[in-house]
Formats: sequence, structure tokens, C-alpha cells
Amino acid sequence: MTLPFAIIAVLIVAAASAAMTLRNLVHSALAVAVAFGGLALAYLYLDAQFVGLAQILVYVGAVAILIVFAVLLTRGGEAPEKSIFSATWFWGLLITVAVFATLAWCVMHSFASKREPADKVEVTVKQIGDALMTKFVLPLEVIGLLLTAALIGAVIIAMREEKK
Amino acid sequence: MTESLDQIFVTLKHWLLSGFENLLKWLEVAPPDWLMPLVSMVLSLAPILMVFPALFAITTVLERKGLGRIQNRYGPNRVGPFGFLQFAADGIKAIIKEDLVPRAADKIFHFIAPVILVITAFTVYAVLPFGRNMVAVDLDAGLLFFFAVGAASELAVFMAGWSSRNKYALLGAMRAVAQMVSYEIPLILSSVAVVMITGTLSLTKIVEAQSTHAGLLPDWFVFTPWGFMGFALFMIAANAELNRSPFDLPEGESEIIAGYFIEYSGFKFALFFLSEYLSMFALSGLGITLFLGGWNAPFAVLDFIPSWAWFFAKLLALIFLFIWTRGTLPRLRQDQLMNLAWKFMIPMVLVNLVAAALWHFTGPGWMRWLSSGALVVGAYMLLGKPQFESKDIGKRTYRFAD
Repeated sequence: MTLPFAIIAVLIVAAASAAMTLRNLVHSALAVAVAFGGLALAYLYLDAQFVGLAQILVYVGAVAILIVFAVLLTRGGEAPEKSIFSATWFWGLLITVAVFATLAWCVMHSFASKREPADKVEVTVKQIGDALMTKFVLPLEVIGLLLTAALIGAVIIAMREEKK
Repeated sequence: MTESLDQIFVTLKHWLLSGFENLLKWLEVAPPDWLMPLVSMVLSLAPILMVFPALFAITTVLERKGLGRIQNRYGPNRVGPFGFLQFAADGIKAIIKEDLVPRAADKIFHFIAPVILVITAFTVYAVLPFGRNMVAVDLDAGLLFFFAVGAASELAVFMAGWSSRNKYALLGAMRAVAQMVSYEIPLILSSVAVVMITGTLSLTKIVEAQSTHAGLLPDWFVFTPWGFMGFALFMIAANAELNRSPFDLPEGESEIIAGYFIEYSGFKFALFFLSEYLSMFALSGLGITLFLGGWNAPFAVLDFIPSWAWFFAKLLALIFLFIWTRGTLPRLRQDQLMNLAWKFMIPMVLVNLVAAALWHFTGPGWMRWLSSGALVVGAYMLLGKPQFESKDIGKRTYRFAD
């Protein structure tokens, strides 16, 4: 583990735990945005320029805004008076740790972790575009169709209902 | 001579860099590995941090003078010759004014919102090519970097409005975010057409693709049917993205006073202005890079004028365009704003993408002009014309004050 990676990892974990523990929902939403940004940094650090920048564009630029808007439109954005943790937080923590330990154990002993890391390849945006348009064109089209359907659905919900 | 003048800033940087190296050698200090790249980076970035705020200072005066001219008044005319030192007076005023923070405000976010805005406004300059060999970081995904960093500023605007604990500020922030999200789509999609033609996201390569001269006109993308429409849509979307008149609803002085930065005073208020103008220059610079041939001269005969001079000449022309629009058009209504984005701009950019594809696949010749041009003009006639057709409001009459 290198120093930049450690800094990025600490940033992501700190922001994510802040998002869980902060009392004010808007603060939590902004902490999530910081965590998204940290993930983007991790991608950029791994030389995945396209993914890293797309992460910022989509998650910080759109998803975080969406979350913030949802929070503001549904509740006042005021901090709750009483504790935000549920009464059974201890059992929740226990289950989380158990699940994480199982997953971590699986990953550590899996076939993938024993593979030699591939040689460092320079991936240009052009190559990603070529792959998207040839090998992965079907998933791309399916996602496009799904998003179009979601868009039309949003318009239908937002449309004023005609009185009969 | 021409060559050296063109590369004068690049040469200067190399000269300073080797001078620093020689200084270290003379002092018999072995520089660590990270030092020289760092110094080189600082030397690349320092001019950006100096030139654009200076341009901001000049532009504020030019804008107020220009608006004054348009509105039949003098504009600033007291400080310095013809009022051209007004920016200095404004700057000093901003620094010595009291920094008021509302008691109910969220102190941390209230403080960092303008800081983030200014940082994002400066960061996008890293990938803009200002001249031949004059780009701070030549990223392979430069265009994506520009938009990704620009998208982060929306969150800062929201933070400013929300943390002020003021209903006008929150309204302004909601308006600003809704507007910026809506107009980001045409902004990005209009530049995608250029990416489709050039096949690269690197801004330097996009400029190189426009460096040839074919016939009378240079090979700038603005001189193609899809490029012209793309440039027009890009500039409209940029104008909306900057919250400048006629898209200044988030600030709307007559309705919500100043919108999301109502609770800011002193230097933080000045930072909002700085970031707005820096983003204006950056978006203009991107428009120049994508559609107006970047730092290329329009005619081969004019190549003796340095490339950076061309960039800044085009930049000033676009700034003039922004000031002119601001002085001419009245503010839109909220529903008009959204209708323009979703019913005209977005369908139009999608058609424009098809037009760019047609242009690419038809191959050289008059056919590409005809097919691509017919598509763009037809789409405009169908989508735009019925919406913009002015209702008959009678003959315009002028009444002058006696």
C-alpha cells in the first residue's frame, strides 16, 4: 500500500462514516458527495482517467444533487431532536462485521486474488469507446433503452393530470 | 522571429526552469525527484492564476462601460482615466468590508462554498490550450475533465444557498441547480458532435484538427452546418450555465434579491463574482477550442501573429458577445427557461449529433453540406421557429425623454 492510496482510502472511509453518523441529513448528503469524489480520486490514482472523471461528472455532478434535492423536497432539512441510531444498533453492527469478514475471507482466498497483476497498459478513451461500440454494444443499448423508459416515466409522473 | 514570438512564453518557462536547475547546481544541492516536476507545474500554473483574475478586473470595467453605453448612460467615470480604475476601488472596498455571517448559518459550509466555486473555476483552465504548446496539462480526456470539474460547482452553489438559512438564498440555489442541470445536457451534447468528428477528447488534438485551411474559409468547425448550430447551442447553454442574463433567474434582483449569495458580504461576495467571470472565460475558451479553431489564425497569411494572441482576441470577442447579450435581452420566466432547454435545445442537440454523423459519413463534397445543412435547418424550422415566432404586438414605437 502506498501513501497516496492510504490518504484516499482514509478520505473515503471517513466521508462514508460521516454520511452515516451526521445528524443533519443535508450534511450526510454532502459527505456522500465527498465519498464519491474520493472514489473518483482512487480511480484516477489507478490511471483510469475515463472512469474517474465520469465518476465525478455523474456522481458528484448529478447523483449527489439528486440526493440533496430529494432530502430538501421531502423534509425540512432540520436536524432530528432524538438519537438517529436505532435501538438495535449493536446487533446491526455485529451482523455487518460478520458479513464483511465472510466477504473479505472469500476475496482473500479466491482465485482472482492469486492471479499475477497484469502488465500496466495505457488505456485511452478511444479504446474504451471502441469497446463500447463493438464488444459491449448490446449492454450499452439495453442501458440506453432503460434510461429512455425511465425518462418517459418521469415525464408521465410530472405531467399534469387531465381532468375528465 | 515569428516563431520565437509565438513560443515566447514557452521559451521563458524553459529558461526559468533551467535557470533554477543551474542555481541548485551552483549551490551544490541535489534536488529530490519530485522537485523539478513541481517547479515546472508551478511555472505553468502561475500565469493562469495571474492572467485570468487580471482579465476579470478589466472585464468588470468593460462590462459596466458597455452596459452603460447600451443603456444610454456613462457607466463608471470617476476613478482613473474614463473610470478604468474602478476595479481597484471595488477590490479595495470588497477587502475592507465587514464579513457578515448570519447567526443561523451553517458556518462551515457557508465558508467553503465560495472557496470551492473559485477552486473549480480555476481548475478547468488546466486543460485549455491557450496557444501552440501552451497547455498546463495535456490530458487524454481533457474535455471530460473540464465538464467533470465544472459539474462540481453545482454542489457548491447549492451549499452556498442552503447554508445561508435564508429563504431567498435557498430559492435561488434551487433555481440555479435546476437550471444548471438542465442546461448541462445541451452544453455537453453540443461538444460531443466535435468529439465524434475528431475522434478524441484531448483539447489539443481538437485544436490541431482545425488547423488546416481549405479554400477561403479555415477548417474551423463553426463553418460547418452542424458546427454552426453546435456553437450557437453551446453559447446559449454556456450563458445559462453561468447564470448570466437573460438566464439570471437564480440571481433575479427584482424577485429574490441576489439568490444564493444574498447572505455573503465583503470578500466572499467578490469571490462569487470572480468565480462567475472565471467560468465565463473558461467556457468561452472551451467554445473557442471546440468550434472557433482554438489558437489558429483564420487565414494562413495571418500566421505571423502569435497563436496566444489569436486565442485572447477570440476570447475578448466572445466576452463582448456575452456583455452584448446581457445588455440586450430581458430575463426569461421560469417556464420559458425550462421549455427552451427541454423542448428546443435538447432535441436540437440530438438532431445536431445526427447531422455531424451525416457530415462524417458522406465524405468530402457538396453532398455533405446539403444533407447535414438540410437536417439542421429543417430541425430548426420544426422545433425552434414555432416556439420563437413572435406574437403580433404591433409596431415598435420609441419615446424619447424631452
